[in-house]
Amino acid sequence: MLNYALRRFLISIPIIVVATFLIFWAISLTGDPLQDLRQQPNMTTEQIERVRENRGLDDPFYVQYAVWVQQIPTGGFGEYMLSPRPIAPDLQRVVIHTLQLVIAAEVLAFIVAVALGTLSATRQYSVFDYSTTTLSFIGYSMPSFWFALILQVIVVQIFELTGVRLLPLANLSSPNPGTGLAFLWDRALHLVLPVLSLAIFSVASYSRYMRASMLEVVGSDYIRTARAKGLKEGTITRRHAMRNALIPTVTVAALSFGTLLSGAIVVETVFGLDGMGRYFIQMLGRRDPYPIMGWLVITSVVVLMFNLIADLVYGYLDPRIRYD
Amino acid sequence: MTDPTPRHDPSTPDPEEPPPGGVLAEADEQVASYSDGSEVAARSQWQLFRRKFFRHKLAMGSLVYLAIVVIAAVNAETVAPYAYDEINVVMRGTAPTFEEMHFFGTDQLGRDYFSRVLFGARTSLSVAWIVAAVVGVIGTTIGAIAGFYRGWVDAVLMRMTDLVIIFPALAVLLVFAALFGQGRPTRIGIILGLLLWPTLARIVRGVFLSLREKEYVQAARACGAGDLRIMFRHMIPNTIGPIVVNMTLVMAAAIIIEATLAFLGFGVNPPTPALGRLMDEGRSSMQTQWWLIVMPGMALVSIALAVNFIGDGLRDALDPTQQEK
Repeated sequence: MLNYALRRFLISIPIIVVATFLIFWAISLTGDPLQDLRQQPNMTTEQIERVRENRGLDDPFYVQYAVWVQQIPTGGFGEYMLSPRPIAPDLQRVVIHTLQLVIAAEVLAFIVAVALGTLSATRQYSVFDYSTTTLSFIGYSMPSFWFALILQVIVVQIFELTGVRLLPLANLSSPNPGTGLAFLWDRALHLVLPVLSLAIFSVASYSRYMRASMLEVVGSDYIRTARAKGLKEGTITRRHAMRNALIPTVTVAALSFGTLLSGAIVVETVFGLDGMGRYFIQMLGRRDPYPIMGWLVITSVVVLMFNLIADLVYGYLDPRIRYD
Repeated sequence: MTDPTPRHDPSTPDPEEPPPGGVLAEADEQVASYSDGSEVAARSQWQLFRRKFFRHKLAMGSLVYLAIVVIAAVNAETVAPYAYDEINVVMRGTAPTFEEMHFFGTDQLGRDYFSRVLFGARTSLSVAWIVAAVVGVIGTTIGAIAGFYRGWVDAVLMRMTDLVIIFPALAVLLVFAALFGQGRPTRIGIILGLLLWPTLARIVRGVFLSLREKEYVQAARACGAGDLRIMFRHMIPNTIGPIVVNMTLVMAAAIIIEATLAFLGFGVNPPTPALGRLMDEGRSSMQTQWWLIVMPGMALVSIALAVNFIGDGLRDALDPTQQEK
């Protein structure tokens, strides 16, 4: 299995290379990356020429790409186009922030979805089943930014009606977050609304998978056997049915990690969080190709890693599956 | 609104039927003629499908709702009580009211919000149609070729799908929007379509891998049918269920992604109204003027929900393993 994992990972590397090459090419197609620089009033022609020279902007794009690739192992992701600051520290900071958000959302979504899916499958065609199914359809059809805005409105309205400051509406921390536990608590409070907005779509989608696979398992022979030998319904559900029904749900959750990162772009913008998504939007506004490329490489590696994890977990949970 | 979208006009009156109906109906004639002479009155696949779909109340309700929305959106110029950019300073910031037909209220400039939402919905729907068409063609073709020929063709095409899936779709869309500028709904739709086809390609490939071993495919080959004929006449009609279901899912997703892009400021070009941009503009005063985000949001969610319900109904109706009770 390790062998398989290694091979899968090695196959992925050329895909990343080709993908980044295509993106780099697309960026180079759009012409002058120094356009914004030229419009700044205090820039002299010599300064612009120096940037052009240093960055090798006159070289063909494949040469630029080669230069860019070479410096990744040693120089992180290089420097910003317009200032000699390194990109890596910024990227590291926003990645850590986003991981806090995304992992919290993924864990919350997974737990809630497994519970909802299991309950509605064991009570198929009940009122509970119909309402969770309908709710999951709504969650599925709702853009996360809209849900985030509605949450903000609700929290503010509660404040105006009752005077209770329920939750912070923006930012990752208060101006004086304190240290240690106080800092963690402050961070957790700030993340409540973003995590909810991000998780709602995943809850909707995972719970439908969980319900479907649970229904399939519940109808199988070994569950009937368990019931026939007199096990309690709760035991059957927890110890026999859920374990097998979890397999596809875990896979879907791991494969959906990219979707969560997409969602983070939106949620971070709404809540003004200093994470990957907002950073990405800012860099797009600046049209600086280097941080964008760095962002895409990190994201693609993360997405590939989770795809791989999905495969491996699938094999671990279901021993019938063999890798060769 | 001077953005003509003529390509939608022929297909809009009836949003669901044409794609599945056309191909299915052809397939059914064959089934019916093969079943000549049997004593049991044969019900064609098409009839079975219709019976099951019509019985799905949510899907039928959604179909009716969506048809109304589509007709209203296509004829937005006549349906909307006001032009979407008509400013009435006296009425600015009015909450939803039946007075002067401001059903959804007015915005900060006194523009009728119902009209703006309706025109925005038109943009969403036109993007969704284009995405569905692009995804349907590319996804089906690539999936079919990969599943039919297997071997190195399959390997190359599947690596291509990996290439598209490797980055989050929203990120790539944002890069393209930022680099090449925003565009008309057509362009947004095509770019979105170019990013969303891999799922369908994988589904079609999976079905084709199993279908190509079926007897009827062998029989068609024995009769001397060429590869293309086998694929398009025999195998794709038998894959139509998953294709149609996935296309509805993709449409719902496209509506949401388009709104998200517009919300982030990377959507269709500014004069064209978009639901996402309405919410972005309404955001600054949403605490006092709730309708500015609630109304476009409700419109968006209801459309996406209707499409998803229709997809669910189609899935049930097209699934041959689900028998009528």
